[in-house]
Amino acid sequence: MTTPFYVAPEQMMKDRADYARKGIARGRSLIAMSYENGVFICAENPSSTLHKVSEIYDRIGFAGVGKYNEFDQLRIAGIRHADLKGFTYSREDVEARSLANNYAQMLGQTFTHEMKPMEVEILVAEITDTPGEEQLFHILYDGTVMDETDYVVLGGDSDAISERVAATFSQSMSASAALEVARNALAGDDRTLADADLEVAMLDRTRGRRTFTRIADGELQNL
Amino acid sequence: MTLPSFDAASDPGSDFARLVRQQGTEPFPPAEGISANEITHGTTCVAVRYSDGVVMAGDRRATAGNLISHRSIEKVFAADRHSAVAIAGAAGPAVEMVRLFQLQLEHYEKVEGSPLSLEGKANQLGQMLRSNLPAAMSGLAVVPIFAGYDLGRQTGRLFEYDITGGRYEEADYAATGSGSLHAETVIKVGYRRDMTADEAIELLAESLFQAADADSATGGADTLRGIYPIMATMSNDGFERVADDVVGAKFAEIADRFAANHRSEDV
Repeated sequence: MTTPFYVAPEQMMKDRADYARKGIARGRSLIAMSYENGVFICAENPSSTLHKVSEIYDRIGFAGVGKYNEFDQLRIAGIRHADLKGFTYSREDVEARSLANNYAQMLGQTFTHEMKPMEVEILVAEITDTPGEEQLFHILYDGTVMDETDYVVLGGDSDAISERVAATFSQSMSASAALEVARNALAGDDRTLADADLEVAMLDRTRGRRTFTRIADGELQNL
Repeated sequence: MTLPSFDAASDPGSDFARLVRQQGTEPFPPAEGISANEITHGTTCVAVRYSDGVVMAGDRRATAGNLISHRSIEKVFAADRHSAVAIAGAAGPAVEMVRLFQLQLEHYEKVEGSPLSLEGKANQLGQMLRSNLPAAMSGLAVVPIFAGYDLGRQTGRLFEYDITGGRYEEADYAATGSGSLHAETVIKVGYRRDMTADEAIELLAESLFQAADADSATGGADTLRGIYPIMATMSNDGFERVADDVVGAKFAEIADRFAANHRSEDV
């Protein structure tokens, strides 16, 4: 019988974290921020069919960066969780906080017990009828949850992008102002992003029960 | 509740009903030995095509045997943005079926990223009815009609069903429930393909008025309490509920016309 090499737990966790971070850093970034009607989400995504941002429930949106098949699997699990909960209890019992905790459990579990951690960072966003009560749950590959109210940046070069958002962000911006803040922050100083490079969606509290709306590239100029 | 996760073989895909079953909540458990007099029944619902889409209407009465059990029950439901379902039959399973149907359409749209076609929605409802067949055979029959605006074909479409899940597309009008015989006759006589929404609403009001006049399980306009049948139009602009005062005004006109010709002192 062969004895496996001893690897210190610290080293094992560090290796996995490095692996996940490297995978996430390869992808493009995404910004979510509160705006006058709810939450504005803008991702750098040249594909118009493979989405990074999508609808979970009436007032809950989802966004992911990193490996597409992995965050898409999380997205579908989230829709199932929310729809089952709304069917069993009532629509108002479906909340982002509980969903974010469930995601954290799943990601944490995978991080410690599986061979390969998930190379994703996800966002669960929720709005209420009251402006200023937006909730942004930012969940990392190892199950760490952070909650924000103003804005959050996921993926790639998030520190630099965060700084650029912080310099231009203000409360209760219009959708078009939010789009410009996001576009400039994602692009940085030495490049520009066209409408076709962006994926934009909003949780808009003025739109009735299902608040999630996706804005097609061609309609961005009409915001 | 934890996050549902499945292996590839048991993954329910975008099918919400299958997901519910796999989580151990059977939507329609089989039932036995229920007397029709003991449970609440909903009755007459009608729908017609008009020039820009379809209009659907349903009365508000629910009965249990010879008693009126509810005066303001709703039987016309928006299924999604461009379609609606109206129900007749055992109210409990019918309302539950509608709830599951609405969720199924929304669930599919969210998981797949695009909505089902109108035809796909109609077939989905047929499958739900088929799974309710054992309950239907023991007295819990549900007979819906499904109507909507087909965005692909740019036209309104209507579907009738039977308890086995049989799905029958109708060209002009559809009716279900105990008063449907009278209601459908009124529609058949007054129907024109080029009706405006307003004319279609008037025709449906007349059909429910006559059904309520001849069938005790159908409620017409309850002017004492201000309860009117529910009507909704579906066109390219989506599902839109017709305001109660519009429906009320139609019923008031019909009642005046009726009274002018049928007062007993004139006999």
